[in-house]
Amino acid sequence: MTTAPLDKAMPFKKAGLSHTAIYWMSFCAVMAVLIVAPLVLPEFWRRFLTEVLIWGLLAMSSDLLIGYTGMISFGHSAFFGLGMYGAAAALLLFSPPNLWLAIVFGLIGAAIVALFVAYFSTRLRDIYFAITTLIFSQIFYVIIFTWTSVTGGENGLIFTRPHFSIPFLVDARFTSSTMHWFVLAVVTGSYLILRRVTQSPFGMVLQSIRENEARTRAIGYPVQRYKIAAVMLSGLFAGLAGVLYAIQNEFAAPDFVYFITSGDTVIFNVMGGIGTLVGPIVGAGFFQLLRELMARIFGDQFPYLVPLGFIFIGMIIFLPQGLLGFARRWLNR
Amino acid sequence: MIHFFQSIPYDQLVIQTLNGIVTGMILALVASGLTLIFGIMDVVNFAHGELFMLGAYIGVIVLTATGSFWLALVLAALVVAILGAAMQIVTLRPLIGRDPLTTILATFGISLILQNYVLWQFGPVSRKISEPITAHFNLFYLEYPWYRLLIAALSALIIGGFWLFLKHGKYGIWIRATTQDRVMAQAMGIPVPWVYTGVFAIGAGLAAASGVLFAPLAGVSHTMGLDWVLKAFIVVVVGGMGNLGGSIAAAIFISLLESYASIWVNPSQAVIVSFVVLILTLLFRPTGLFVPTPK
Repeated sequence: MTTAPLDKAMPFKKAGLSHTAIYWMSFCAVMAVLIVAPLVLPEFWRRFLTEVLIWGLLAMSSDLLIGYTGMISFGHSAFFGLGMYGAAAALLLFSPPNLWLAIVFGLIGAAIVALFVAYFSTRLRDIYFAITTLIFSQIFYVIIFTWTSVTGGENGLIFTRPHFSIPFLVDARFTSSTMHWFVLAVVTGSYLILRRVTQSPFGMVLQSIRENEARTRAIGYPVQRYKIAAVMLSGLFAGLAGVLYAIQNEFAAPDFVYFITSGDTVIFNVMGGIGTLVGPIVGAGFFQLLRELMARIFGDQFPYLVPLGFIFIGMIIFLPQGLLGFARRWLNR
Repeated sequence: MIHFFQSIPYDQLVIQTLNGIVTGMILALVASGLTLIFGIMDVVNFAHGELFMLGAYIGVIVLTATGSFWLALVLAALVVAILGAAMQIVTLRPLIGRDPLTTILATFGISLILQNYVLWQFGPVSRKISEPITAHFNLFYLEYPWYRLLIAALSALIIGGFWLFLKHGKYGIWIRATTQDRVMAQAMGIPVPWVYTGVFAIGAGLAAASGVLFAPLAGVSHTMGLDWVLKAFIVVVVGGMGNLGGSIAAAIFISLLESYASIWVNPSQAVIVSFVVLILTLLFRPTGLFVPTPK
């Protein structure tokens, strides 16, 4: 899934600014907008934006596989869901509920699942990888759905939101604004880490696997180990998204382990532009915004996924690089 | 040891064998369309389950309008086959020559559209239709419906007919030629793009037919597609992608295992058995259980 996008950075060169300077300037501009946003937006859109960021983190984690390693995962709901249930476990077992424990538990949950999925499904390539990740996520769905005594089955688990706490320093209740800033901080941190990873030698090997797996192996890289590491890393960040979602909404439900979540993740990626890391966040925003618009225009019962499905197919055929595809090379430099 | 064998309920074993074969034959019908499309076009048809579901719904509509189950079966297969051809022409044709992974995305988009359209049109309540044949025979303490055996027989008949068509029919030979070498087939004057369309239509028709056959057993709902497409994926991977015989064997094998498992655990957990089979297959025979290991 690789074609060279147009290099749009050229006009800036004339202004005499380096790529790095422009990159960080636009980064700061976007950050400033996102930081100020909750102060300006009404309650509904504040929550909306926070959720877009969370879905964006999930999609971004999956971009590491789709865009950089060339493996389409249809099983990210498993990582997301286990992050959610891990957080739920921590929040229900310990009193008072602790934010950091929730994150640790969620990451452990996601890591266990990711290890399991990575070990088995990286034995296969392309379509087979996609199908096996899908089937694995369904395994976890069935387990969570039927293991009622632990997971609450169909009803899921309900808990209270932990306080934001740093020992001896801060202990404050989350408001919708501080929640937004917390999510923003986590997502931004994850973005910077993932960006660093994709530009590291490790990330270069992943990209060479995407370009030509056989040759990468021939050079002497243990391809499967790299793939396992990539899936695990991706799973961890997806789990983190799950933790954030659980804290934001104060529940964990089996619906989120179901295939629909994985499907949405892939849609966000394709719409926003794979291989850009920020593209998936833009894709998530685009998707959720269209959905919200359609619900407002045509009513809640309107099957918004029908027109969105047509848009999705249209984009695959006519705009395979996604919304941010034009900036792909620039963003990765 | 003797105690262990005594603990196996023989009557249930027989009943579950029958059940397993019946669902196995339907699954084989679904999976053969999927594996055919994959073998020829390198397309993983994510919308296959939705075509199955759509077939079942069209079957329900025709049945309530005309009262004839067999007319419903034929019409559903035809309508869905035409729809499948249209889908292929509109969405998959422009993608020929691109990364095969884009086709999985495109068919995923189709499945979203179909599933949500059906949900919107028919609502979330599942619909029941009655079996066309209501006769039963006694099997231990059960009254086993003849209809189930008829499904198995019909599925076998459809698969057999399809196999004969592939083996001896003119267009069947075109299809096999395209599978073996599409460039050469094109050079021999076979219209490869239309073979693709035809194959997609046939696969869609097979899925729809199995949807109608299955409808009286468990009711028709908009979510039935995903369950079946997952099972069909498992079958196709276990049987060896693109291998028709392997898929059929794997379909029956997995359905039997799930049926036996449901003697001891509840049916929603019995699904795990097929997942385990898949994992073991991937570990030890990644090319499929029923194909010779490539050297």
